[in-house]
Amino acid sequence: MSAAADKTPAVALVGAVLQRNDRYVLDHVDLRVGRGEIVTVIGPNGAGKSTLIRAVLGLEKLDAGEVRRAPGLTVAYLPQSYQLDPALPLSVRRVLTLTHTPSEARIKAVLEELDIGQLLDVSALRLSGGELQRVMLARALLREPDLLVLDEPTQNVDAAGALDIYQIIARQRARTGCAVLLVSHDLHVVMAATDRVYCLNGHICCSGKPEDVGRERAFVELFGETAAKTLAPYHHHHDHVHGPDGAPHPHHHHHDHTHGHHNHT
Amino acid sequence: MFEPFMIRAILAGLGIAMVAGPLGCFVVWRRMAYFGDTLSHAGLMGIALGLMAGIDPIVGVIVTCVVIGGLLFALQFQRRVPTDTLLGVLSHSALAVGLIAVSTMQNVRLDLTAYLFGDILAITDTDLAWIYGGGFAVLGALAVLWRRLIALTVSEDISRAEGFASTGVRLAFTGLVAIAVAIAMKIVGILLVTALLIIPPAAARRMAHGPEAMSLVTIAVGAVATIAGISASYAWDVPSGAAIVAAAAAIFAASIAAGAALRIRT
Repeated sequence: MSAAADKTPAVALVGAVLQRNDRYVLDHVDLRVGRGEIVTVIGPNGAGKSTLIRAVLGLEKLDAGEVRRAPGLTVAYLPQSYQLDPALPLSVRRVLTLTHTPSEARIKAVLEELDIGQLLDVSALRLSGGELQRVMLARALLREPDLLVLDEPTQNVDAAGALDIYQIIARQRARTGCAVLLVSHDLHVVMAATDRVYCLNGHICCSGKPEDVGRERAFVELFGETAAKTLAPYHHHHDHVHGPDGAPHPHHHHHDHTHGHHNHT
Repeated sequence: MFEPFMIRAILAGLGIAMVAGPLGCFVVWRRMAYFGDTLSHAGLMGIALGLMAGIDPIVGVIVTCVVIGGLLFALQFQRRVPTDTLLGVLSHSALAVGLIAVSTMQNVRLDLTAYLFGDILAITDTDLAWIYGGGFAVLGALAVLWRRLIALTVSEDISRAEGFASTGVRLAFTGLVAIAVAIAMKIVGILLVTALLIIPPAAARRMAHGPEAMSLVTIAVGAVATIAGISASYAWDVPSGAAIVAAAAAIFAASIAAGAALRIRT
């Protein structure tokens, strides 16, 4: 990636604040996704991960702060939950071509990659949860976006399937150079394919390369030692920045300089 | 059977079935039945307005329905009152105000039953022109919006996030439903217009595997129900709207029964 591209992120949140019922769902969140970068948002339940992603997509109105999006950015979105309404008959093919018309060859290739080639012409209403998840992911990949936004892409998928899916996402990035923003629970599988991690709990607790974030005390407090060791196999203690009250002080590890090491072509 | 008013009524019925088919599918898919009710109930106010202003009542109805449609569209963004409660309030108060307005017009003798339940004798050449002119305009606009509306119906979040469809598409669709309700009102009647939007798609659902196929089957169901209903209205002197809706309901029941029979056999 060129240095110029790195300066203009695909998308960024600047000082994003979102309140609901006088509670901060997003508390001055800064986040950027560089072009060609895979960024993962992790955090406990109710941390505001989906809301953050929806804010990035313009689906949630911010109370303060702004979303900066590169002009002309093609976006593909896999929501965390969706239900197909049985009142509307739809084939899988129809779901795949919802907002975009990919070539027949691409459709076949992506479905084969996701191991759902046999589902192309069946009714989407008959799919199992895992099958529907793969179809919705295929749909997002087939849009060939500049920014791929995935909210829990491996829910309803078993561990082996999850690993496959992260490899497929990484291949899509390598092939098209798209930026990827994803929310995930599968700490150990996702980290292998992630450039940068944001740990969210209303505010950004810490961020940086997966192995660095695993060493942050804020991260350990949120996820526990085991999870931290998953991220940082060579875990060693070192000093942290914390506020005088002991609360995790925003201590951003923006290891932006490392992105140049990735080969995105 | 082939008296001029019957030919006009059949033509009107077919035109309405053609427009109500695909729009009704979206009303079912997008769960807007109550919305359709509110629009049609407001139609009576439109009739009163048209008569007061001395213009064709159908113009009054179209204007009122489009205005109420726009109002409902704007109101769905508020959070103070739940949407279905709001629709219930507006739907019935619109009907009440319409009834009061119509009954206070001393100088106009108005056959209220005809407006509420439909009247095949009431169809004029002007109405036919409205049904076909308005109908083709609505269908043309629907064809243009089709893919975006399908995407919006499958997932509003995905459509908005990917910049494929926006509030504008929804607003335009609201307008189309308003016009369709207005032009269907005279033959089906204010109280039964929504039934013509809902029942044919419900009957067609089991006979189609895609949205377009379902729309075409819905048009066919609507056409059969309209012709059957108008003929029954002529033969037995019953309100046309009631007869059309009863015929559509019979087709719906038959489709359910046929579906159940097929499941038992396999």
